Amino acid sequence: MPGKGRFSVSEKEICKDLIEGRKGYDEKVAKGLSRQPEMKEVFTTGGGIPLERLYTPLDLENLDYCRDLGFPGSYPFTRGVQPTMFRGRFWTMRQYAGFATAAESNARYRYLLQQGQTGLSVAFDLPTQIGYDSDHPMARGEVGKVGVAIDSLADMETLFKEIPLGKASTSMTINAPAAVLLAMYIAVGEKQGVGPGELSGTIQNDILKEYIARGTYIFPPKPSMRLITDIFGFCSDNVPKWNTISISGYHIREAGSTASQEVAFTLADGLAYVEAAVDAGLDPNVFGQRLSFFFNAHNDFLEEVAKFRAARRLWAKLMKERIGVTEPKAMMLRFHTQTAGSTLTAQQPENNIVRVAIQALASVMGGTQSLHTNSFDEALALPTEKSVGIALKTQQIIAHESGATCTVDPLAGSYAVESLTNEIERQAMEYINKIDEIGGMLVAIEKGYPQQQIQDAAYQYQRAVENDDRIVVGVNKFQVEENGEGRDLLRVDPSVGENQKKALQAMKQGRDNVLVKNRLDSIRSAAKDESVNLMPSIIDAVRVYATEGEICGVLREEFGEYRENIVL
Amino acid sequence: MSERRIRVIVAKPGLDGHDRGAKVVARALRDAGMEVIYTGLRQTPESIVETAIQEDADAIGISILSGAHEHYFGEIIRLLKSKNAEDIIVFGGGVIPDGDIPRLLEMGAGAIFGPGTSTKKCIEWIEKTVEEKRRKES
Repeated sequence: MPGKGRFSVSEKEICKDLIEGRKGYDEKVAKGLSRQPEMKEVFTTGGGIPLERLYTPLDLENLDYCRDLGFPGSYPFTRGVQPTMFRGRFWTMRQYAGFATAAESNARYRYLLQQGQTGLSVAFDLPTQIGYDSDHPMARGEVGKVGVAIDSLADMETLFKEIPLGKASTSMTINAPAAVLLAMYIAVGEKQGVGPGELSGTIQNDILKEYIARGTYIFPPKPSMRLITDIFGFCSDNVPKWNTISISGYHIREAGSTASQEVAFTLADGLAYVEAAVDAGLDPNVFGQRLSFFFNAHNDFLEEVAKFRAARRLWAKLMKERIGVTEPKAMMLRFHTQTAGSTLTAQQPENNIVRVAIQALASVMGGTQSLHTNSFDEALALPTEKSVGIALKTQQIIAHESGATCTVDPLAGSYAVESLTNEIERQAMEYINKIDEIGGMLVAIEKGYPQQQIQDAAYQYQRAVENDDRIVVGVNKFQVEENGEGRDLLRVDPSVGENQKKALQAMKQGRDNVLVKNRLDSIRSAAKDESVNLMPSIIDAVRVYATEGEICGVLREEFGEYRENIVL
Repeated sequence: MSERRIRVIVAKPGLDGHDRGAKVVARALRDAGMEVIYTGLRQTPESIVETAIQEDADAIGISILSGAHEHYFGEIIRLLKSKNAEDIIVFGGGVIPDGDIPRLLEMGAGAIFGPGTSTKKCIEWIEKTVEEKRRKES
């Protein structure tokens, strides 16, 4: 039935008034423009989408409410994944934290929990993220710098000391060696008397975006994809409440992509994982429910809100129509958001508090499930306790004071937001089609396609700032003289590396090294046989204090190492 | 006499994967007429210095956002000296607190460009510094 369920302009009479009204408005504006031109000839979103002067129902003539928006908690989930959203429960306030040693990070986690944080998020140092122990030559100068150093189960026990894993929900930003850190988490749970079935949390476990944008890969794509599907399979059976992957656009956006590219490349990565798992014999109706996503929140408020809504709708359609999933829960795009680190300025750093608040509000209006708000001093160093406190309070103010949480998806129906939602979905689908033409995301990455697109966007942005086409307050306009004196920055004690090395050596002397060698040999045998799931042998090895570097070392020998395809 | 084009190694030492800045700077230097060799991620100080000497580079630009700047600047400058190549100018950028900059300059870094620096400023500095260096050498 034509017009049935349409958004609002099905009635011919209304349409006539509207068309005439619009014509009148345009004529009036045209006359006025000769006297007082607008500030720019073309207005665009941060991602370069041209913005109309005014949006009206005419821009949404083809929008079908029930088909395109529907109801919260129902397909296509444009309006949110839960029926009551933030009226039922706020998003999880989850600050990404970790530095120096396990003991110092443990103290920061307990501080954050005491301040009202509701979930943990672990930042690992680079050696841990790349599968090197703290005493490896490549680890020099990096131990404990951007996150906590974890070499063995001993460190993991300290990291979660007095934090009951049965109650905590823990997100771990770990990718190439995700299987090892998940194994350690399971082992710490066992020691606390908490079975794997009771554990809840997320591992990032998204290797494709490491090749595209983030850089902490170890193994080549094929064995990396096997590790990921092994984790999917193991967790389906043993750790059912665990989110086995957080398919991440965050780093793609930080590397310079537009909002539409962020959606496109993230969902294309998602499809690659789903298709690999289906090929490995797993049921997307089951593992599809444990997939989670991770997006960025930038300054362009309306574009960001539209982006989250477009991503939800497009993922639901892809899972239903392309993968053939029938379980609605496996079509839901649930996501974590972090505000945009790349938008923080070293100049007038206090201004970043305002940027973070706008970005955080966009993610809430976009229906996020959890949120990390950046601290204002992060363009300078790791955040201090004070700055991370302000960041967390920003979320609490949005939750309790802004009123934005009292009604579900409140910007739906905005002509501008719905138009942008449609446009971002359209652009993202164009990129996904292009990636399909190239031969799928793995081939596209090998050819450097997403990398090139992201770099072009990053370079264009930089030029726009340098030409003053884009204004960044404090950077290319409204600058003030400032010196860095009096700033209270967090410093990681340089002795951390040495102390961590000593602790590692002491631990190795105290363990049963014959047993460790046997367990490492079992991992090697499992690695050689693709039909064997690697998780059980990795868990057995971490239980006897085999180190992360030793386990990844065996896998490096068996799988080889990835070499970057440099695109400039 | 036509001068040789300025040749710069843009390097990512260590494990840090943040390469947006390095790549944007590399492209800007190239667009400004310089010859640019971008090393890619996970380079050791040894490999960076070796590349710079082999390529007869005028300068090495180091990008570090992981907090390990003291270690890597120190190592690269030390290696250049030990190979009698301290005429190669070292500069850099990344997430480097203002308070750490004097120490890096003392070690022998020519300039540190923090977040928000325009590529123009960086290009002008390289052109000027390389010109001075060449004048002294000739």
